[in-house]
Amino acid sequence: MEKNLECASTPAEGSTRKSGCKKLIQSIGMQKIIVFMALIAIYVFFSVFSEAFRSTDTLVSIFDASYYIGFMAIGVTFVIITGGIDLSIGTVTICTALIGGMLHNTYGLPIGLCLGISILCGLFFGLCNGVMVSILKLPSFIATLGTMMVTRGLGSIITKTQSITYPLAMDADGWYRSFFRSPDNFPTGIVLLLALAVVMAIVLNKTRPGRYILSLGSNSEATRLSGVNVVKWEMLAYIISGGFAALAGIAYAATYSTVMPGTGNGFELDAIAGVVIGGTSLAGGVGSVVGTLLGVFIMSTLKVGLPFIDLQPHYQLFITGLVLITAVYADVRNSRRKN
Amino acid sequence: MDQVILQMKGICKAFAGVPALCNASLELKSGEVHALLGENGAGKSTLMKILTGIYHRDGGTILFDGQEVVFDNPRQAQEAGIVIVHQELNMMHHLTVAQNLFIGREVMKYGIFTDDGAINRRARELFQLLNIDIDPTEIMGHLTVGRQQMVEIAKAISTRARVIVFDEPTAALTDAETTELFKIIRDLKSKGMGIVYISHRMDELAQITDRVTVMRDGEYVGTLVTAESSKAEIIKMMVGRTVFEAPKEKSNVPPQAPVVLSVRNLCAGFVRDVSFDLHKGEILGFAGLMGAGRTEVARALFGADPQESGEILIQGEKVQIRTPQDAVQHGIGYLSEDRKRYGLVVEKTVQENSLLAAMEKHLRGIFIDTPRNRDEAKQYVDRLRIKTPSVEQRVVTLSGGNQQKVVIAKWLIRDCDILIFDEPTRGIDVGAKSEIYALMNELVAKGKSIIMISSELPEILRMSDRVIIMSEGRRTGELSIEEASQEKIMHYATLRENETA
Repeated sequence: MEKNLECASTPAEGSTRKSGCKKLIQSIGMQKIIVFMALIAIYVFFSVFSEAFRSTDTLVSIFDASYYIGFMAIGVTFVIITGGIDLSIGTVTICTALIGGMLHNTYGLPIGLCLGISILCGLFFGLCNGVMVSILKLPSFIATLGTMMVTRGLGSIITKTQSITYPLAMDADGWYRSFFRSPDNFPTGIVLLLALAVVMAIVLNKTRPGRYILSLGSNSEATRLSGVNVVKWEMLAYIISGGFAALAGIAYAATYSTVMPGTGNGFELDAIAGVVIGGTSLAGGVGSVVGTLLGVFIMSTLKVGLPFIDLQPHYQLFITGLVLITAVYADVRNSRRKN
Repeated sequence: MDQVILQMKGICKAFAGVPALCNASLELKSGEVHALLGENGAGKSTLMKILTGIYHRDGGTILFDGQEVVFDNPRQAQEAGIVIVHQELNMMHHLTVAQNLFIGREVMKYGIFTDDGAINRRARELFQLLNIDIDPTEIMGHLTVGRQQMVEIAKAISTRARVIVFDEPTAALTDAETTELFKIIRDLKSKGMGIVYISHRMDELAQITDRVTVMRDGEYVGTLVTAESSKAEIIKMMVGRTVFEAPKEKSNVPPQAPVVLSVRNLCAGFVRDVSFDLHKGEILGFAGLMGAGRTEVARALFGADPQESGEILIQGEKVQIRTPQDAVQHGIGYLSEDRKRYGLVVEKTVQENSLLAAMEKHLRGIFIDTPRNRDEAKQYVDRLRIKTPSVEQRVVTLSGGNQQKVVIAKWLIRDCDILIFDEPTRGIDVGAKSEIYALMNELVAKGKSIIMISSELPEILRMSDRVIIMSEGRRTGELSIEEASQEKIMHYATLRENETA
């Protein structure tokens, strides 16, 4: 390793104490602040240009569009922090929702048990991904692509290609919906999403698993040489991703009622886009659950808001694509500067 | 104090059948700073990696405090109290300084939450003790390399180790930081710690070490007391080997041979102010320790890396070389030190690789003329005696020596007059080595000129007409082959900036 003995690097040779303001920015993260301001800006923009946008109904629509993508995005943030990717989250969402729904509709099991089992299935698929990536050392792109295709087909196999409709709110077994929409139409789902986001943010930043996941994403070999079992913690990231994908399936079912096999493809890209926009680096080592949520909200706001200024849905895709490219470019330039 | 805490005896280690260590030994007393010295490839790093549990030894014993120990992984060695500060820094750039220091040993609150406040506090205490001025909440990647190294050193010290191995610790430190480091090391000495100090910097050894152990070609050579030995003695132990191949007696280059390449005051990265001439039909050897900057000079000359300043003259005319394309246009070819990464497209065939630098040579309109390419490749396979069933064989299946010949063929087909060989026989068996040497001699006999970078002193002495030695980015010496010897070369190779020849 060659070192530039004459290099003039930017940090001062003296003390590394920083002003309080700079420290605050560093601890929150520059990109998160930018994303937050962007979100406010987008919301204000739509509110100004469309009166109809400024209603609580619209806000509720934005939330509805955020739940299942939001849960997926929170889970996959952990995988991306390790430097990997999980392409299976979309189809795992649908597959586990189909499994849970089928157990309820065809076998009459109580809905609570069905939802529990679908989460277990999500954790299981996550474990499979974890084994393939951490133990068998397959590239995460390929391994999770395989899981994506397997779970997509599995959903159709299990339900014999039939759609599954979940119990509606007024049904006896419809109580699970109140987690997402209370009987008097309050979007309780947002509370659940925020609560879980807070929990996972604490896990990421303040517990050992989170610390080790960040660490192995930053430098896997150094972490290993420091005596940390990187295989175990990398697998955990994939298990978390799978579990949250299943949770997303429940959110999806609660919001849209009918789950169709063969769908789910493409959800993962929305989720990953949200993660990247929110400031988590695809190179790994750095990431934020809060940032992910902000990224997801930006996309939902765009999706819901664009029709209000008379732009069709395909414009949303176009603009989201541009936002994503900008976010990735900023991310890559940041990493390159650090090196 | 003064009792032996560590003994490594008769350590052997081979990688894929190739022996790296054979009968390597080291004895360390508590309260001692013991230098471990040897040329590149002598086995110092390997021996230390075995000590710290990164590698498993094939044979020999390690006694720690008189007890035989075996370390299966770095964690075990760490728990036993043996720690290494690596030459290549091992850290997580995205985490903070304190988080790096305490990775794997976090302080917990209520058993499940990491207590960053507590590790920040402990980090500050540690830094105060060691008189290092670094903010523990700073992101590791934002520190200069020198300060990152200080953190690594602090990390090693904080594990309450009894043996610390420093692998080239001052390479990235300023003079002030080096003085600080020595203060810390003396302090550790007084506390009874045993310190192994790997470094090539002779002046530092004189300042800080008590004894010196020299290794050569994977074996233990001897141990000297620093204060009682001279640099010359130490160098002799490092290089004094029975050389089987006779060194070149005299230069083959006629005295009136023209200068084909002239480099003046080249600066690139940490390479500073390098100048030299290359004569027609000459093999100019570039010697020096690893990291001296020879490859960097070659790459800058070849346009692979940017040149900050300096002049290059080919056949007396000033040329601008900004990219490898420019270099190749001017007839320069570069055989890189890592042929698998930089010299060959391993999945492609012998034919495709040979023609890689000369694709436009045989074209039919816009299409590649495959039959003519194949014929030319076959010619060179014969000329260079490349052992391959056919030119359609994928190079990944060839032996190292034959792969190297394919790379040579590539530059010959391109008809380069100036060839830069970077470690031409690394990883190649003895038989193939001789063939490559014969090839090189043939080439210069035909009027080509060669710059040969090599870390193997016998090779330098066998092949070069002249030797230029580099150290720490600068040219420190030049010797004709008549006056060159291993000791003289090593003397120049270990010269520091402030020392004079």
